Amino acid sequence: MSNTVIGSVMIVGGGIGGIQAALDLANSGYLVYMVEKTASIGGVMSQLDKTFPTNDCSMCIMSPKLVEVGRHMNIKLITLAEIKDVRGEKGNFEVDIFQKARYIDMDKCIACGACTEKCPKKVDDVYNQKLIKRKAIYVPYPQAVPLKYAIDSENCIKLTKGKCGTCEKTCPAKAINYNDKDKNFSINSGSIILSPGFKTYDPSGKLTYSYDNNPDVVTSIEFERLLSASGPNKGHIVRLSDYAEPKKIAWLQCVGSRDINTCDNGHCSSVCCMYAIKQAIIAKEHEPNLECTIFYMDIRTHGKGFENCYNQAKDKYGIKFIRSRVHSVFDQSGNKKGQVINYVDEVTGKCVSDTYDIVVLSVGMEISPDIKLLAQKLGIELTHGSFCKTNSFDPVATTREGIYVCGAFQGPKDIPQSVIEAGAAALCAGSILAEGRNTLTELKEMPVERNISGERPRVGVFICHCGINISSVIDVKDVGDYAKTLPYVEYVADNLYSCSQDTQDNITKVIQEKSLNRIIVAACSPRTHEPLFQETLLNASLNKYMFEMVNIRNHGSWVHKDYPEKATQKAKDLVRMAVEKVVLFEPLEEAKLEIDQNALVIGGGISGMTAAKALADQGYKVNLIEREAILGGNANNLYITAKGEVIKKELDKLINEVKSSKNINVFTGAELIKVEGFVGNFSTTILQGDLEKNVKHGIAIIATGAYEYKPEEYLYGKYPRVFTGIELDKKFISNDPFLKDVKTAVFIQCVGSREPQRPYCSRICCTHTMISALHLKELNPDMNIFVLYRDIRTYGEKEYLYKEAREKGVIFIRFSSDNKPKITVNEYGLEIEVIDHILQKPVKIKADILSLASAIVPYRDEKLAQFFKVPLNDEGFFAEAHVKLAPSDFAVDGVFLCGLSHYPKPIDESVAQSKAAASSATRLLARKTINTIGTVAQVNPVLCSSCGICVSICPYNAPSFKTSGHFADKAEINPVLCKGCGACVASCRSGALTLKGFSESQLMAMISSTCL
Amino acid sequence: MSDYEPKIITFLCNWCSYGAADLAGVSRFQYPPNMRVIRVPCSGRISPKMLLHAFRSGADGIWVSGCHPGDCHYIEGNYYARRKFVLLKSFFEYNGIEPGRLHFSWISSAEGVKFAQIANDVIEEVKKLGHARYFIKKSPEVNLA
Repeated sequence: MSNTVIGSVMIVGGGIGGIQAALDLANSGYLVYMVEKTASIGGVMSQLDKTFPTNDCSMCIMSPKLVEVGRHMNIKLITLAEIKDVRGEKGNFEVDIFQKARYIDMDKCIACGACTEKCPKKVDDVYNQKLIKRKAIYVPYPQAVPLKYAIDSENCIKLTKGKCGTCEKTCPAKAINYNDKDKNFSINSGSIILSPGFKTYDPSGKLTYSYDNNPDVVTSIEFERLLSASGPNKGHIVRLSDYAEPKKIAWLQCVGSRDINTCDNGHCSSVCCMYAIKQAIIAKEHEPNLECTIFYMDIRTHGKGFENCYNQAKDKYGIKFIRSRVHSVFDQSGNKKGQVINYVDEVTGKCVSDTYDIVVLSVGMEISPDIKLLAQKLGIELTHGSFCKTNSFDPVATTREGIYVCGAFQGPKDIPQSVIEAGAAALCAGSILAEGRNTLTELKEMPVERNISGERPRVGVFICHCGINISSVIDVKDVGDYAKTLPYVEYVADNLYSCSQDTQDNITKVIQEKSLNRIIVAACSPRTHEPLFQETLLNASLNKYMFEMVNIRNHGSWVHKDYPEKATQKAKDLVRMAVEKVVLFEPLEEAKLEIDQNALVIGGGISGMTAAKALADQGYKVNLIEREAILGGNANNLYITAKGEVIKKELDKLINEVKSSKNINVFTGAELIKVEGFVGNFSTTILQGDLEKNVKHGIAIIATGAYEYKPEEYLYGKYPRVFTGIELDKKFISNDPFLKDVKTAVFIQCVGSREPQRPYCSRICCTHTMISALHLKELNPDMNIFVLYRDIRTYGEKEYLYKEAREKGVIFIRFSSDNKPKITVNEYGLEIEVIDHILQKPVKIKADILSLASAIVPYRDEKLAQFFKVPLNDEGFFAEAHVKLAPSDFAVDGVFLCGLSHYPKPIDESVAQSKAAASSATRLLARKTINTIGTVAQVNPVLCSSCGICVSICPYNAPSFKTSGHFADKAEINPVLCKGCGACVASCRSGALTLKGFSESQLMAMISSTCL
Repeated sequence: MSDYEPKIITFLCNWCSYGAADLAGVSRFQYPPNMRVIRVPCSGRISPKMLLHAFRSGADGIWVSGCHPGDCHYIEGNYYARRKFVLLKSFFEYNGIEPGRLHFSWISSAEGVKFAQIANDVIEEVKKLGHARYFIKKSPEVNLA
């Protein structure tokens, strides 16, 4: 066994978790192999229409990541493949892979789609949940990566019966290879990340829901496709049995979750309440008169922004929420359409029968049998619910060293939590391979740029046939002949495929031979192909910004097939406009910025310490600031985690590691008093006691935490036996003997949470109450314990604690927010009166202790927000860059967040997010320098009137007033911060601003030449 | 007027509406070839001057499309655009330009159908109005006599 460490990571599963982990690793010096079971990456997220709670379009936010993975030099995609076995140990694994034949030469396929058009065999479209058909030769979805076709060997007529061969005849690129074979091979990699995702619970065969034979009973993922504009019915919701527009839709929650009766899924799937609310809202937006009803057990909207979304669903959209676990769905009798649902109305206690046009089964998450088998093969332990077993303080490590996990395989979870874990897993997988960093990755050497200043514009125009995609409609030769007549055009050529490697090489050659200094490619979309051609320019020693793309395919031949002449005219116009623009181009420079290799972490709780240690372990120097005199934060007063780990023990270990690390400099009892600079070059002044100290750092991580709400209700502070959850934990830690004598304990949930002044759910209190109640039962099994709650939100596998508490005799009584428990004190002690939700009668409980599940309150640190120019949300938590895909980053470069300052969360999630923040930071630090974009705004100080409009409207703080020098008081743009949106340019009343690459003169020239 | 083909200058933001136009292409949703697309990073980049200039240069119609409110790639650029265009629209109307010549929309990059739909609507509406008559820059008349 050699002890060399291999600088590559194998990622199993190409969903959003795997994608995020791959990008983190590939961008910090590791080679990544991504093994994906299907023909393209994207996973379940690619199937979603919108994402909660913001209802962002799922594909829109995801596709840039897909493209980045597809184009990344250091990510090797292995599609249609599965891993079979793993040998070796951390640092050097040997992974056996089985890859199915694709029957398409990926180097030749240009994804023109001619094959699919002609393929005679229709098969179920898996991407669309088999609601419609696709062909046997296919790409799973239009934005798929890799965008290469594949043949479904089980259905292809040629491969099954030896006949047909139509696709081979049709393919203009000769990419079809019927002789392709399945392959077995092995790859060595240093560490492994498992992100295989989940499968949705399959309700077929369960007769109670009438799912098998009734097309109007659909699963939530099927309904998601129905909602999608790219789905089977183009986003128009219909009842599938007769294509009538539905008037009433019902969602049934917890199908295949929290169910040990019809299946063995005792866990809560965490996401179904929110996706049902999202689907109901979107359905309502499609059709405002639609009646949407959600049948639920507990509404679990425990994430950031979720409760608000739930409230809006009720109040703004009028979605009905009925608390009832519906047992069966019946068909209407006779020929009548519609599904009958019977339920008990809670208020009247009567059985109600109602009919719905569509019933959506909110199916839960489970782990597929082949993943369970794989886990067994790899020697990885699973939990009771068959998810991957992890530890709260190391939430992405499997039980086998060197193998990490993220996403739904680790436990049911939503997209942001998967993305967080992906970052954490990437950090862990990379950290153990530190000596292998940059050993396997490729770095491209670029030729020196040719100086073209003073040269007259020499424009080269390349027009693409795209096989026949363009030339079947547009007369490419005619466009080319026209281009030759345009001013400054020196060279015109047409290519069959402009994007193919040989054409790229040819363009490089022509640029050099003809000394071209501006290039136009008339082909497809710059959104997909501009980077490719820019690279070609770089290879030809030309500044990459001397390039313009004309889209004559997506905006031309594909959409104007009935107007060949006019489409050709349009192509000519567009080429002319582009020529007018490029002659005004100037080479643009990308500012290069050194990144200071030191880090600053603010907050010395579990989150801050974990992040600091993660960075220190990789060799970065960290300054860790803590406002209190000791490290540890809230964790100092917490007893055990949901998984039973003793917090104090783990915390002490972490504090020792942090204190003894030579790379971490701890400042306790300290605060920040000044922050200057930006990404790569921050300068911060720390005040500790009377001492001021200035530190320089390239990145900052905010982990300032939150605190427990001190209640004003329920006699808190007025009677000694009423305390908060943390105060009860303190008694557990000190093993207070008085607890054993308690006869009756009462917990009240949602104290200070889900209230008008604090509308969010504090996420952890339900679980914390379960832990405490179970601990009390352990101390004294005869103790009477009552939990008064609004909705129990023990999401994920924490549901098992709820189940255990009920089994051990804890009594749960639900109250509503308008009828809260009343507490009085008499000679016997506490008396709590609450309306029992089943009896609908008040009950009185004489209690010895009352524990209040108190809210988690953010510090609303406006000073810190101001220092780093990062936003706070309405509730006072820091607002991340993107709710879904950048949960640990700020929109401001170089600043990251984690822990409670982001949103309430338990320790395992805080640890994961701290590592994710450290991973994002590492990605930046590892680059040592960063290049900014060239298309940024610029000020002409002579024209600037110092009005300050640009300063006030820029969301990135790029413009500021010069404080000294020749043009003091005039605006200037920091090119490092500018993202190139041009909002300031369009708003400048003095015409002093310009946006390079989209300057006024360039755009005006295009406009002038449009209508010639 | 049946063979009259208006020219419509179309400003699309790179991240949403341009993506929608691409998707309309991928999905082969058809619309007539009257539009000339100018790609901009963000609808917030478009200044009122450009729209004035478009009419001045002889465009029969203008269509500006950006990301949905709240979805802007640059956080809030489309809000600035919206604010400007509300004013501009009434300005044009006041100056005799028919409201049907100027169109604004918000289309996400997943809404290929919506893109083609609005493209068809815009073209049809502008076509009905015929050639633009106001704001056009006339070539100076040269009297050779």
